[in-house]
Order: sequence, then structure tokens, then C-alpha cells
Amino acid sequence: MWSKLRILAVVAVLGLAGCSGSDRSGSAPAASGSANALTGTVTVLAASSLTEVFDQLGKQFEAAHHGVKVSFSYGGSSTLAQQIVNGAPADVFAAASPATMKTVTDAGMAGDAPTVFVRNQLIIAVAPGNPKQVAGLADLLKPGMKVALCADAVPCGAAAKTALKAAGVNLRPVTLEQDVKSALSKVELGEVDAALVYRTDAKSASGKVDGVEFPESAKAINDYPIVALGKAPNPDGAAAFVAFILSAPARDVMVQAGFQAP
Amino acid sequence: MRRIPPVLLLPAVLGLLFLVLPLVGLLVRTPWASVPRLLAGQGALTALRLSLVTATLATVVALVFGVPLAWLLARVPFPGRRLVRALVTIPLVLPPVVGGVALLLVFGRRGLVGSWWGLSLPFTTAGVVVAEAFVAMPFLVVAVEGALLAADLRYEEAAVTLGAGRWTVFRRITLPMIGPGVAAGAVLCWARALGEFGATITFAGNFPGRTQTMPLAVYLALESDPDSAIVLSLVLLAVSVVVLVTLRGRWVGAARVGT
Repeated sequence: MWSKLRILAVVAVLGLAGCSGSDRSGSAPAASGSANALTGTVTVLAASSLTEVFDQLGKQFEAAHHGVKVSFSYGGSSTLAQQIVNGAPADVFAAASPATMKTVTDAGMAGDAPTVFVRNQLIIAVAPGNPKQVAGLADLLKPGMKVALCADAVPCGAAAKTALKAAGVNLRPVTLEQDVKSALSKVELGEVDAALVYRTDAKSASGKVDGVEFPESAKAINDYPIVALGKAPNPDGAAAFVAFILSAPARDVMVQAGFQAP
Repeated sequence: MRRIPPVLLLPAVLGLLFLVLPLVGLLVRTPWASVPRLLAGQGALTALRLSLVTATLATVVALVFGVPLAWLLARVPFPGRRLVRALVTIPLVLPPVVGGVALLLVFGRRGLVGSWWGLSLPFTTAGVVVAEAFVAMPFLVVAVEGALLAADLRYEEAAVTLGAGRWTVFRRITLPMIGPGVAAGAVLCWARALGEFGATITFAGNFPGRTQTMPLAVYLALESDPDSAIVLSLVLLAVSVVVLVTLRGRWVGAARVGT
């Protein structure tokens, strides 16, 4: 009898331990300020390839608008699109592909029509010094090469698929990562020999990875659309942030980071 | 019948609803008409087979190493035993993703062990088993140790006075006595391994047929095809329920015989 009770107690306690959380930044209560005095938090869901440049631009935006805080949540564009469709409280969505943006516009969640603000191109990320001497997509087929791609649902995965098809390369990756930063980190950790990531990702991780350009990437250029969301808790802040990203100074920062102007 | 105090009844019912409602939601939103089509496509069966195989192998690994570990903790007094016990339970409270990162740093290509033995576990099915065993084994160890501590020592002592060695006592007396505890631990361990997500995607990556288990397939399907994710979830739910119902009946029956 005792042993049974003991087992049940263990079961009950352990049941609590099996949960794992997902990170999702909640937005602060909506601020209802006048149009020119922005307040509160602007919650921006952005493709993970935008991490570094949006962090930088967010600081500039906060500096230009005192009292406003920009809170970013980065992830695979497809994940973020699903979060928005399922009611995640967010003000702005910046996606890495029109296809993932379409998920949001089709659900009627966009405030107005999305605008393309930058474009990005793929590159082969390899270990520093390119020890496996990768010069193009065909080299990824060498025996013993371990390659990470993004999953098909994520924009960088869709672009990689297009580029590989254009090159006629039938690649078998070892893993399909859920966003571009995960694919990049597998190269940084040395777990794979190469990954197809964006030029901007390789640039932001320079020193830890080298980027190898390849001609077929021109056939798989990704447009990045941005939109203020229809149910934005902070509509004024959302509109101001989108306008800021579309401004010339912000574009210069992004071009500097390796993006192309649309 | 005595009246149940509302102070207890109300939260109990709410708690029950909270636990059951999401499952009801899953059933309500299931696109029943397209279930066969979605199951046939998307490599759902591949992911399910991989999940069942890896969870079972992880449980076997946990049994082989976990039962002796539990025995050591329960029966052999040694210095630092409390510390060892705490170390064993760390994976229980550790976020699984952290476990995955830690495994990568040890068994990865450039990891402490990985770079030394020249074997690369990440991105392999073996890597999935390792990730699942790491996360699930403590469940087994804790359950088995609990059973060992609850078992009556006098049977083992009697066997020793009759001249049995420690191994014989373990095999002939202890193991049969704690059978139900081991079974319970194994079920818990298996269920936890079946649901493993964080450590697996971090350590073993995601590739259909090799490392994409059901939870990974559900997560990734949700981004491109939510209907398919719902159907995959339903399959996982059905498997869990079936296994728990069949095994629970057996282990409760066995416990009655055992005590």
C-alpha cells in the first residue's frame, strides 16, 4: 500500500516538472496618447534575420521619441505570423517574405497594405577561414559535408530551396532549422560545415563565420514587408515605427548591415 | 453522503476544466473529414514511428542505467549521496532547451566528449535517443528510488542471513518487490520521452525520418499547415491515452499483488 501511495505522490510531483514555456513578449497596456506625443510600448514582431539591425534602429527610435519603448520579439517569420493570427498582442509585423506576410493579411490582421522595406540575399555560411573550401552550392555535395538549411515554411528555407533548384543541386541537409539564426548558430558551434543563411546574418556574425557568395542567390531574393497591425494595442506607436523604418536614415542603417534597398 | 465543502469543490472542478478544456478544443477543431489525407501525407507516420522507437529506446537506456543508479542511492550509504541525488534530479527542473545546449557542448562535434571519441551524435537518431534519455531518466530514477525506500528491508535481510550475495538479493528479492515501481517509472519516463521537444530540436536538429519526432513535426506543421498540426497532435494524444490506460491498469493490479 505504501509503495503505491509513494508512486502516486511521485507521479503527482513529477507531473509539474514536464512543462516547458515558450517565450513570447507580452505588450504593455495600450497608451492612448495624442498622435504627436507617443507613449507606451510598441511591440514589434520581426523576422530573426532582422535581429541586429532592428535592435539598433529600435534604440534610435526610442531616442527620437522620449517615453516610448520598443519591445522586439524575433523568430521565424512563419512562427510570428501564426502568433499574430492566433491573437498575440503586437503592433508591428516585419516578415522576411511576402508569403509569411500573406498569412497575416489573409486573416485580416493587417491595418493597411504591407510595404516592402528591404531585400535580402542568401549566402553560404562556413567556419572562419573556410576550411572545407566551399566555393559554391555544388561544393555542398562533397562527401562528409554537413549542411543546415532552414525549414521550408520559413522564408530562408523557401529561398534556399529556390536557389538550390536554380543551381540544379540536389542537397540532403542534416537538419532543417526553425529559423535562420538557429541554422547560423549550428555553423558557429561547428556542428555543421555550412548553412544557407542571409548575407546580413553572415555579416552580423563576422569573425565567427565566413560568407561565401554564390550566383544562384540572385534567383532567390527575399522581399521584407512591414505592416502596422489592425488590432495594434498602440496604433500611433505602430504607425510611427513603420514610418521610421521606411525613412531614408533607417534604410541607410539597413543597407550598411548588408540589406539591399527595395 | 456528507456534503462536499464548496470551497474545495469549486476550485477542484475549475482545475479539472482547465486541464480538460484544451484537449476538448483539440477535438472540436479537428478537421475530421481530412484526417485520413493529412495522416497519409506530411510524413506523419514516419514521425510517429520515429517517436515510438526513440521513446522506447530512451526508456531502455534509462532502465539499464537508471535502476542501478536508484538502487545505489537507496541502498548504499556513501559520502555525498545527497549531492548525487540532487544532481540526478537536475534534468527534471532544467528547461529542456538548456539540456539540449548542454548536450551539444558535450557530445557535439567540438564538444568535450564528442571531439575526443570522434563520433558525432547531433543530427542522428541516436542523438534523439540521447536527448530523450537525458530529460526522461530522472523520472525513472526518482520513481524507482521511491519504491526501493518504501520496500520492506526485512526480506532482503532475511535473504542475506541465508547466504545470498548482494547481486542475488537484488535479482531475486529486490527487483520483484519493486516491479510495480519500476513499471511506473518506465511509463513516466516513456511518456516524457515521447513528448520531448526542446532538447531534441536543440541537440538533434530537425530532419524528417531521422530526427523529426512527433512534437517537432507538430511545431513545424503549425507554421505552414495548422490543420495538419492539429491532426498530428490528435495522434500523439491518442497514443498517450492508450498507453497510459493499458499500462496503468496493469501496474495497479501488479501493485496489489506486490504489497
